Amino acid sequence: VSALLLVEHKDNKIAASTLNALTAASGLGGSVTALVAGSAPDSVVAEVSKLAGVSKVLVAKDAVFAHTLPESHASLLVETQKKHGFTHLIAAHSAFGKNILPRAAALLDVAQISDITGIEGADTFVRPIYAGNAIATVKSNDSIKVITVRGTAFPAAGHQDAAAPHEDAPAVGQKDQSEFVSEHMQKSDRPELDSATRVIAGGRGMKNGENFGLLYEMADKIGAAVGASRAAVDAGYVDNSLQIGQTGKIVAPELYVAVGISGAIQHLAGMKDSKTIVAINKDPEAPIFQVADYGLVADLFTAVPELTKKL
Amino acid sequence: MSNLRILVATKRVIDYAVKIRVNAAGSAVETANVKHSMNPFDEIGTEQAIQIKEALAKSKTGTAEIVVVSCGPVKSQETLRTALAMGADRAIHVDSDEELQPLAVAKLLRAVVEKEKPDMVILGKQAIDDDSNQTGQMLAGLLNWPQATFASKVELGDKSMTVTREVDGGVETVKTPLPAILTTDLRLNVPRYASLPNIMKAKKKPLAKFTAADLGVDIKPRLQTLKIVEPAKRQGGKIVESVDDLVDKLKNEAKVL
Repeated sequence: VSALLLVEHKDNKIAASTLNALTAASGLGGSVTALVAGSAPDSVVAEVSKLAGVSKVLVAKDAVFAHTLPESHASLLVETQKKHGFTHLIAAHSAFGKNILPRAAALLDVAQISDITGIEGADTFVRPIYAGNAIATVKSNDSIKVITVRGTAFPAAGHQDAAAPHEDAPAVGQKDQSEFVSEHMQKSDRPELDSATRVIAGGRGMKNGENFGLLYEMADKIGAAVGASRAAVDAGYVDNSLQIGQTGKIVAPELYVAVGISGAIQHLAGMKDSKTIVAINKDPEAPIFQVADYGLVADLFTAVPELTKKL
Repeated sequence: MSNLRILVATKRVIDYAVKIRVNAAGSAVETANVKHSMNPFDEIGTEQAIQIKEALAKSKTGTAEIVVVSCGPVKSQETLRTALAMGADRAIHVDSDEELQPLAVAKLLRAVVEKEKPDMVILGKQAIDDDSNQTGQMLAGLLNWPQATFASKVELGDKSMTVTREVDGGVETVKTPLPAILTTDLRLNVPRYASLPNIMKAKKKPLAKFTAADLGVDIKPRLQTLKIVEPAKRQGGKIVESVDDLVDKLKNEAKVL
């Protein structure tokens, strides 16, 4: 078993989900080589080389990798696999990993195993299907396993004292056919949703975007990230990057506080693995109460400020 | 003046509102006598193709022909008729009773693309049954075409498209030449309902049939499902009486504060 981990990074920071994917890669039972592609990846390479479990770092330094475009990245994965004979290609099941890995799998003529939550052997994996309403165990019969990892299912990898050596990845002739135009990222000083240990999320019951201020006050007091249900995003209260659910982010913090969220199946799919779930809703029949460890039937506009004060 | 051909891939899946049940043998999800419908992301794909066609017609700058394709058992034709009723022009059914995994579907679609030579292929970003999120990217790789995945906005240019994509923490805009692969995210559009007259008309629209063998594609599954289980149940449902009670429980019982 020799695994190749595709490292996701932005603004010289390694994506949190890559640390979870590294733990999964180490769990395969063989060596883990990390692949870092970028136009100026030196500081990321230095950081990756000190992540626990990384035995070597392959560096693809080229202007073509300035943005995370799929055509060049997929070709790089394929060329790197062919040169070194890795048995597993692995990345986080993030927008980055989801975009690139299936393309590489097709070029290698192998299946991909998406969004794994467990490893039962080097060729056997556990993954949720039907938005987590069923859990499948699948065995790959391909010689190369291409895998994306659900971050919340694996702990983040730590650090090692000795830095792993690095060398150049093979050169790739493939230029991107798609072209980067622009990006618009939500800036926040709060913890990131997918790695926060505490999350407070608002739903349609928040009534408007301004009222999310109540959640931000509570979040700041306990160091939590703020999220939202799809209903709140669709109603335009908050940006899509906050969405938690089947079609948004999957989170599993220590503490999840659902405020004014009814608990549609699609929302539950994104948060039901949280350790402790609190629901605040004025409708005692809301389905969210059935999964909540602690339910408070109350008007959120009085309960949330009171809770913030008492935390 | 552009005259486009748009291929839209659709999958018949268990309806999103149905509660999923695992069979007694723990080998599959129950599909018999369960309501099925078009994968929601594919409805968005079909709608997007129709909106492109309508925009071209309105601005008198071109025309578009929409071809919908579905790979699967005979009942997939119901899904194709739904797309035809929404406004697609003709349909292709790739008939197979075998389990079709994403790589096999991507290869079948490649064969259809080689026959039809579309300018664009639109797919849902994922099917809500296996949640793989692979087929569009795989098809792009097999064809060596550019791909723009998880689209929330599409603008058509001269032999190009500019696509806003939903990525972690925000959105990214990319531009690709055509032909290209587009996969849809939820916010791209709101699919229309088919009107009764259009449902009637759809019955007369052409539907061509092929098999995997006709297309010369090896569809053998690469992944073997060993078992399927229900997820662990949460023990929820406890109600607290007040904010004070909640704070006390979080501190002293759950110990998360």
